[in-house]
Amino acid sequence: MANQVCFKFKQHNQAESWTLAAYQALGGYKVIKKILNEKIAPETLIAELKTSALRGRGGAGFSTGLKWSFMLPRDEAARERMKGVQKYIVCNSDEGEPGTCKDRDILRYNPHALIEGMMIAGYTIGASKGYNYIRGEFWQPYQRFETAIAEAYKAGLLGENILNTGFDFDLYTHLGAGAYICGEETALLESIEGKKGQPRFKPPFPASYGLYGQPTTINNTETLSSVPSILANSGEWFLNLGKPNNGGEKLFSVSGHVERPANYEIPMGTPFADLLNMAGGVWQGRKLKAVIPGGSSTPVLKAEIAMKMNMDYDSIAAAGSMLGAGSVIIMDDSTDMVKTLARLAHFYYDESCGQCTPCREGTGWLTRILHRILHGEGRPEDLELLDNVSNQIMGNTICALGDAAAMPVISFIKNFREEFQYYIEHGRSMVG
Amino acid sequence: MTHKTSSLISDESKADIDRWLQKYPADKKQSAVMAALRIVQDQNGGWLTPALIEAVAAYLDMEPIAVYEVASFYSMYEHKPVGKHHIKVCTNISCLLRGSDAVMAHLEKQLGIKKGQVTEDGLFSIKEVECLGACVNAPMMQIGRDYHEDLSPEKIDEILARLK
Amino acid sequence: MARIEIDGKTYEVEAGKTLIEITDAHGIEIPRFCYHKKLSVAASCRMCLVDVANAPKPLPACATPVWDGMKIQTRSPRAINAQKAVMEFLLINHPLDCPICDQGGECELQDVAVAYGKDRTRFIEEKRIVIDKNIGALISTAFTRCIHCTRCVRFGEEIAGVKELGATQRGDHMRIDTYMTDTVNSELSGNVIDLCPVGALTAKPSRFAARPWELHTAHGIAPHDAFGSHLEFHIRRNQVMRVVPRENVALNEVWLSDRDRFSYQGLYAQDRLTAPMIKKDGQWQTVDWESALLFAAEGLKKIPAKQLGGLASATATVEELYLLQKLLRGLGSNNIDHRLQQVDFSEKTTKAPFLNQRPADLAQADVVLLVCANLRKQQPLLNHRLRQAVLHNHAEVIRINVYDYPQNFPVSHNLTVAPHQLVATLAGIAKALDEAQPAFKNIEISEQQRAIAACLQKNNKKIKVLLGEAADNLPQLASIRTLTALIAKLTFATFSETGRYANSAGAILAGALPQQTLAGQAISGETGLNAQQMLSQSLQAYVLLGFEPELDSIMGATALQTLQNAPFVVAINGFCTEAMQGYANVLLPMALFAETSGTYVNNSGDWQRFTAAVAPVGSARPAWKILRVLANLLDVHDFAYTASDEILNEVKMLCETSAQTVEDSTWVLSAPQALCYLTEPAIYAGDALVRRATALQATADAQACHGAHVNQRTADKLRLSAGQQVKLSQNGGSAILPLVIDAALADDCVLVYTGLAESAGLAHDVGTIDLTAA
Repeated sequence: MANQVCFKFKQHNQAESWTLAAYQALGGYKVIKKILNEKIAPETLIAELKTSALRGRGGAGFSTGLKWSFMLPRDEAARERMKGVQKYIVCNSDEGEPGTCKDRDILRYNPHALIEGMMIAGYTIGASKGYNYIRGEFWQPYQRFETAIAEAYKAGLLGENILNTGFDFDLYTHLGAGAYICGEETALLESIEGKKGQPRFKPPFPASYGLYGQPTTINNTETLSSVPSILANSGEWFLNLGKPNNGGEKLFSVSGHVERPANYEIPMGTPFADLLNMAGGVWQGRKLKAVIPGGSSTPVLKAEIAMKMNMDYDSIAAAGSMLGAGSVIIMDDSTDMVKTLARLAHFYYDESCGQCTPCREGTGWLTRILHRILHGEGRPEDLELLDNVSNQIMGNTICALGDAAAMPVISFIKNFREEFQYYIEHGRSMVG
Repeated sequence: MTHKTSSLISDESKADIDRWLQKYPADKKQSAVMAALRIVQDQNGGWLTPALIEAVAAYLDMEPIAVYEVASFYSMYEHKPVGKHHIKVCTNISCLLRGSDAVMAHLEKQLGIKKGQVTEDGLFSIKEVECLGACVNAPMMQIGRDYHEDLSPEKIDEILARLK
Repeated sequence: MARIEIDGKTYEVEAGKTLIEITDAHGIEIPRFCYHKKLSVAASCRMCLVDVANAPKPLPACATPVWDGMKIQTRSPRAINAQKAVMEFLLINHPLDCPICDQGGECELQDVAVAYGKDRTRFIEEKRIVIDKNIGALISTAFTRCIHCTRCVRFGEEIAGVKELGATQRGDHMRIDTYMTDTVNSELSGNVIDLCPVGALTAKPSRFAARPWELHTAHGIAPHDAFGSHLEFHIRRNQVMRVVPRENVALNEVWLSDRDRFSYQGLYAQDRLTAPMIKKDGQWQTVDWESALLFAAEGLKKIPAKQLGGLASATATVEELYLLQKLLRGLGSNNIDHRLQQVDFSEKTTKAPFLNQRPADLAQADVVLLVCANLRKQQPLLNHRLRQAVLHNHAEVIRINVYDYPQNFPVSHNLTVAPHQLVATLAGIAKALDEAQPAFKNIEISEQQRAIAACLQKNNKKIKVLLGEAADNLPQLASIRTLTALIAKLTFATFSETGRYANSAGAILAGALPQQTLAGQAISGETGLNAQQMLSQSLQAYVLLGFEPELDSIMGATALQTLQNAPFVVAINGFCTEAMQGYANVLLPMALFAETSGTYVNNSGDWQRFTAAVAPVGSARPAWKILRVLANLLDVHDFAYTASDEILNEVKMLCETSAQTVEDSTWVLSAPQALCYLTEPAIYAGDALVRRATALQATADAQACHGAHVNQRTADKLRLSAGQQVKLSQNGGSAILPLVIDAALADDCVLVYTGLAESAGLAHDVGTIDLTAA
């Protein structure tokens, strides 16, 4: 058994797995048809999702069922008030977290799963319009997705009165233009509105004030693509693929120093060691030095810690990091941790939107200090300063980019302090 | 107030922008600004001029500064001429770990320019960019709209030869 | 209500308010930079982070709504650490060039840094440098000092209604900028100077002129439009160094128009009249006050009362205007007027222009009909209230005018017509509202007029009909006023008139009119001559109060000529021009705005008293004192005032006890003209003070007032082209001006701004105007 997203990898061997025909041949769009024909209550669908323990695959890991439930009126008065109110379902395909490249493959190889997932979401939350925000650099995936939308419209699966069920759903793609921050859901909404991608402060949350000020739900590509198979089988089925509170299988992008870097779709809770094995182990017969388990924003772990963890939210958290978007970056013993961190720090400096003081100023400060160390001008007190500045950013900004910038710095220095000390003392790397 | 016109936008580009406008509510024309900027940038050989930014502002009923805010915020808008083949090299972590330094060095050597520069014949330019989301196929680069993955010096040479 | 705990103390507060609103109301200090009570919440500077129990991280007080049971600590280690962290981040790239910064001493960053900053930096990297930019004549930039609070950007979007400043780039490179080489041109632009918490945006006209700690403050009332903003003078050694708004919830809130902010420059113009002067044997000589006043009294004594005229600017105070008319009437003359921009004097009674509502009420409007109003440029802060109605109350605005002024909010019906069509249009709307009225028998109703009428006929909606200042300059004033008031009556609307000058209403209440005296009472006996009559045929003598005929009068050259022909002219003025020396016999230097006490009555109906903030320049004196002594010398009774308050009390008492009777007015359709001549006081040249404020003259708004404006069709018809020198001529005067193509005009209209030297040669003639190539 495998879930919906996974079966694109089965299809992978087929020619043109991304077509409507290929998707339907494997049972695609059956779920939405059943939902529409039987007019299954949104509450029922949400309950099933809650059972599945599907959590946001974009990095935050928030319960999808719970998120959707925020869109349902709380009582009759609210139901009356919400009548005729335009709601939106928005998909976040602004994949940009360093180490992450799973959504791109879904767009390329299984776009119809996403379309069906967005339709189900639209039906459940009462949104007749959906936008998929695809990062601007993903031109081919964007075209693939647009083609899939066109196919779906042609087949009467999108548009007005779909399959004569009275359900209207229009789906559009919005193309980004190069800004990591637009992966933050409210920055993404701002971006669709034609503004700079600067996150909004919350409250109000998108469920009450989202796109164009209307109630909006934003989910990640992988999350939405997982929905059809969950509902085709059952929440229970999906949960059992993984482990309690960590339902399903998940895509892990394994990159860096492994023999076979690739996307692997494995059950939640799979030991990290097994995943590393699947990826052919550390390349060139080298030794594992460090692992970033969930994308560049998540704390780096030493090899010995990583080797003991399992690939699920709770286990990785217990190990001191986060599952994030499931982007596993493997570093062998030749890795220069100072240079690696400097590059990451520069990334956050580059991508800070600039509105919050701690992030705007702090990322610049961090990257300048690291740059200085890298050029042999480090001072012993810089390590404490780096840690300090990072902690001053943490928790003090509107969105999580500040934290994301701080966590690598804190964890790199904590876990590989001697390497940084060596660099400061000698003006060069301890390795290589 | 200066009255700026959209006359610099070609009919073809306007038709393209209009297609994007259809995606958004009628009173939310600003939503199409990112698409419009990309379209006029393509029309102009890969970069934006102030006149084009003003034209987009006029076409979408926006203040030029509001368009410029967007144009200067997103990294895919270029404000200086770029090569016919604009090479964007990812140097972020997964690529770094798998040799993006060497990719960059090789490109610079082969093209005789540094990152941020355009070759004299206007054919190539190199830009260092952040993660492009192809980490399991690192190192990688994007030329124009196409991704080139699992790069090696030989592969880069092949690609450049094809484009020359 | 919610019960919350702040720093251990319990407060009963309104649920849903933000925490910072609560702490501000209770005087609990929370540092902030991006937050401003009149702007949207950005929550981005992060300075106001506080410690809220059970919150996973510190929360910004500016964006956090209070809830019942909330426990907040503003000074706990977590709060202080967060605030100090933000402070350090704000300072690392700030140049700390306080000694050379104009904001030094009144800088929010400086103040907060004293409390939350460290005395040494841990930042050893190179600081960020941002290149400055010339964004116009009023605002000086030092962008390196910017802390990215974006108040200025939000001000443009939310208050000024035009996005001129933006935050471009991103991250550490983010900067405040205008588009390319654009300047900031909003009529409210100066407010960003107050909003900027650091020295990134400072006042250009007062740059490097004084240090805040050298200044003391005094209160004042704005001297230009009829809105009557409250302001504060910043004074050093008896000189007004700058003007800033003084908060007034009911009027200007925290804002001030650029005109009211920067006109103080006029106080120190080169041509200030600093000592009394008399012309003896064709020679001007400076004399002492006694000699000058005696000379004036002697001259006036010889004049038969009917040959004596008094003309005053409506920027004079109630007290001054009252005494002027009292003096003239005491001498037996009713020849007194202040309506210098008016050409239609057919109305028998003159009512003070009042809004008949508070500005805040206008912000609650559902439908607004604007007739002949250029609120945005002429009454910017009244316009701001109207804009709030549009933005927050979704008010529908209908505009009918002779000029299509650029507006900063959407308008549902927008009609720009020639003056004669204006009457027909209003009549059409009125007829659509009441077809049965016989007076409308021959009036046709257009579809649009019907649509406008429908728009105005809404039950349970707040309908406002507002007649603006531009009607004053039209020959159809009486008809326009009658019909507009009728439309208001038929739609059960609040009828408002804006007035033009700071004391337009006060001048009428004070009785500075030929046909009515204090509080609108009809005079007994023969009506005096109005401004037009006094300025078209010379009387034997005039007393002029703050009046420059060629610039202040719509009759320009004719007015000047008439005064030149008058045998004896007493000019009480703050300035001394060549023109004055040409027609006057005595020049009496008067104290101006900031230098005198007095009262203005604004269009909200507020009697706003003010006192002198500085001593007058040279030996200038308050005009009320000049008039008092003159009256004493001329043996006019009841002029024993020792303070301006006594005059005011006298005026107010009479105003409170008498009610004005208003005669029914009528309207007539007017005939079309080959070329309609339109005038309007230029935005920064409408009175003697502002036209001498040099910085304002360099603004885009001032520049836009030059030339002779026609639309393209009219230009084509006259075979004229843009930029070409054209000659405007009437039977009395002429001017050569560059032709400006202006799409905001109706066909067959030419607009020339008054108050400018370039147009002073024109004499308003409602009959004909010729426009030819020069």
